[in-house]
Amino acid sequence: MSLAYNDDERMLLEAAQEFLRAESPVSALRGLRDSADADGFSRALWARMAEMGWTGLLVPEVHGGLGFSHMGAGILCEHMGRTLCASPFFATAVLGVTVLNHAASAAQKAALLPRVAAGECILALALEESARHDPLAITTRVTATADGFVLEGEKRFVLDAHVADTLIVVARTSGAAGEAHGISLFLVDAGAPGVVVERNAMVDSRNAATVTFQAVRLSPEALLGPLDGGFAPLERALDVARSCTAAELLGVATEAFERTLDYLRQRKQFGKIIGEFQGLQHRAATLFCELELARSAVLGALRVADRPDADLAAAASLAKARATDTATLAVNEAVQMHGGIGMTDDFEIGFFMKRAAALRMLMGDAYYHTNRYATLAGY
Amino acid sequence: MDPLDSFRLDTRDWLEQNCPDAMRFAPSGDVMTDADVCWGGRNCVFSCDEQRVWLMRMAERGWTAPTWPREYGGGGLDRAQAKVLAEELQRIRAHNPLDSFGISMLGPALLKYGTHEQKAQFLPPIVRGEIRWCQGYSEPNAGSDLAGLQTRAEDMGDHFLVNGQKVWTSYADKADWIFCLVRTDFAAPKHQGISFVLFDMQSPGVSTHPTRLISGASPFCETFFDNVRVPKTQLVGELNRGWDIAKYLLTHEREMISRLFGVTGAGQVAPADIAVRRIGLEHGKLAEPGLRGDIARLEMDAAAFGLTLERLRDEARAGVGTGAASSMLKYYGTELNKRRQELLVSIHGSDALGWEGAAFEDGLVARSWLRSKGNSIEGGTSEVQLNVIAKRILGLPG
Ligand SMILES: Cc1cc2nc3c(=O)[nH]c(=O)nc-3n(C[C@H](O)[C@H](O)[C@H](O)COP(=O)(O)OP(=O)(O)OC[C@H]3O[C@@H](n4cnc5c(N)ncnc54)[C@H](O)[C@@H]3O)c2cc1C
Repeated sequence: MSLAYNDDERMLLEAAQEFLRAESPVSALRGLRDSADADGFSRALWARMAEMGWTGLLVPEVHGGLGFSHMGAGILCEHMGRTLCASPFFATAVLGVTVLNHAASAAQKAALLPRVAAGECILALALEESARHDPLAITTRVTATADGFVLEGEKRFVLDAHVADTLIVVARTSGAAGEAHGISLFLVDAGAPGVVVERNAMVDSRNAATVTFQAVRLSPEALLGPLDGGFAPLERALDVARSCTAAELLGVATEAFERTLDYLRQRKQFGKIIGEFQGLQHRAATLFCELELARSAVLGALRVADRPDADLAAAASLAKARATDTATLAVNEAVQMHGGIGMTDDFEIGFFMKRAAALRMLMGDAYYHTNRYATLAGY
Repeated sequence: MDPLDSFRLDTRDWLEQNCPDAMRFAPSGDVMTDADVCWGGRNCVFSCDEQRVWLMRMAERGWTAPTWPREYGGGGLDRAQAKVLAEELQRIRAHNPLDSFGISMLGPALLKYGTHEQKAQFLPPIVRGEIRWCQGYSEPNAGSDLAGLQTRAEDMGDHFLVNGQKVWTSYADKADWIFCLVRTDFAAPKHQGISFVLFDMQSPGVSTHPTRLISGASPFCETFFDNVRVPKTQLVGELNRGWDIAKYLLTHEREMISRLFGVTGAGQVAPADIAVRRIGLEHGKLAEPGLRGDIARLEMDAAAFGLTLERLRDEARAGVGTGAASSMLKYYGTELNKRRQELLVSIHGSDALGWEGAAFEDGLVARSWLRSKGNSIEGGTSEVQLNVIAKRILGLPG
């Protein structure tokens, strides 16, 4: 399978680039932040994404989506990273939809996916319970009752929870923290009694929340996928989402790098363009190489994600770790090479640094994925 | 069936029947040694008869130079077919039938700049491994600043008279012919007075002195030219326009070096496997946690590098490549190999220090580690690659 884009993917890329630059530049994120927007994203923009089919990009055609490749989802994420586009795209159309694709029953798919594709249903995955990513350390408890289940627990870093219509909750139905068996997935209405969502203000001005479940009653139909066997579909969905997060990091890093190159080509000191200084040239060239490798790792993972039978774990960890480290380097170099102006809030480069930090933590940082990569390889 | 799939099946079949068992690395733990490398040439000594047979069979099909035109002895394959052939060779862990500067460096330059007569004369013997080439670029005062070279070639009517000195000429003492940069115009700006010539190392006036490396081996030489006669038919391209050829050839050299050192091929063992064997696991993890992290990062970077080689090939095939990637690959691949060798030293502990004797495989670890230091110097230093990236790819001034 080729790592170069095919024609459909190239068309999507061009459309995304044009749309996002025009409709969702970095100034839009600044506007949402400065106006303390209650939603943290633009509903009008979201509606246009739905019109273009983006919300249903990964939704199969039978359920009203485009059934596009994961490479396509990565392309959108990358370009959203370039303009720092704020929307529930990732939480809903990538993470949420992928969990549903892998875990939902036919009835659940038929009920939810068309609404998601139409932009009428925002999803959020309630997974994390501590500050470090650990999808096995689940203690949020679901117990069976006579007429269904009861859910009890607290989740953190739940992206887009405060605007979500439906939450997908990762809970434990048996076993102990650290075990894969006993993890189950549940669909929970965001407005159900006992669900308390507290929006957190984050460094990147984007949406995340702490969600508490206080004796939330669930019907038997709330169970998503097999009882006690939710981890396998969850892990596949996480690996798809990690690959797409890596794509967004790549976009953040590439944009920060290109803006820095522009600056190196125009800023003058000591009577010279600063890009003439070899000390800076070599740092820029090194970063270029790192970006090229990160891009290959990201495209490699997205291609593997498009093969349902292929094991995605190592490729996704490679992409997430590589993109995280490269983006961290890129935003640090960007601020440094801009000098004082890079430190100001008026200037946009800092927004990239902040977004890179949030994405770095999302679904496992580079340490997590390096450790996982080694473990998968048997050492 | 898709023609590419049937090509794959035919290739697999042919390789199965024609690649001798002794020319395949065992699936695990079989480490490549010097005896596995075949350089060809007039004075070639095959390490075994299978090595000779393997080269002969591959050369007959032109598969030592798969993408060269059939007319000049090559395989005439397109890029997609060549990729399939490489994958099938990798699948059976076949030895490279021929290592050759003629194939990796001179050939592409001749195909682009040579006359039909030159191609017909020089390319087929390269494909068959009959003539071994060396590279006469560097001089004592022209290293990174290669265009400052001073070896002179005087116009004597029907031939040039070459005088001067080259250094670091890899395998000059074993090579049959040399491709050589000479100055043919001393008045012109330095890039515009250089010509690209070919000559026989047995020509009167050529002498070589091997130089020993820190690794103990003596793969390269000082090479002296004292009134060497070079027929004008052996000038490649136009007089005084050799710099373009020199640079074009360098892009191929850089890609060759990056492939050679950047990826773990058949006959090389991954550091992680050696570490597991030598250091062992504790609770399923390598017992030295810091080293484990460094190995994992190296393996990940190597995987990303391998994907980059693949992506650039795919993009070139789709016609969307940047084409300026050889400096990036050269820089990253060689720095990666230096890291790999440093890690191998750590993994072997004090055993890495052994220099001679069977107990230490004649110092293989130490010697490979020392040799790797030259990777970021040969073919243009890492600093020079970064200069090229900054100026040519990133468009930075100066
Ligand atoms: C193992 C090996 C095999 C070789 N084989 C061959 C061969 O077959 N044929 C052949 O012709 N040559 C060969 N070479 C020579 C090789 O190409 C040169 O050594 C190389 O180009 C560097 O030149 P130099 O040794 O003169 O170092 P110098 O150019 O003197 O460099 C010294 C240091 O200065 C740095 N430097 C120089 N210029 C700059 C700059 N503008 N900006 C920043 N830093 C700079 C370099 O990066 C280096 O760190 C071989 C070298 C080695 C090590």
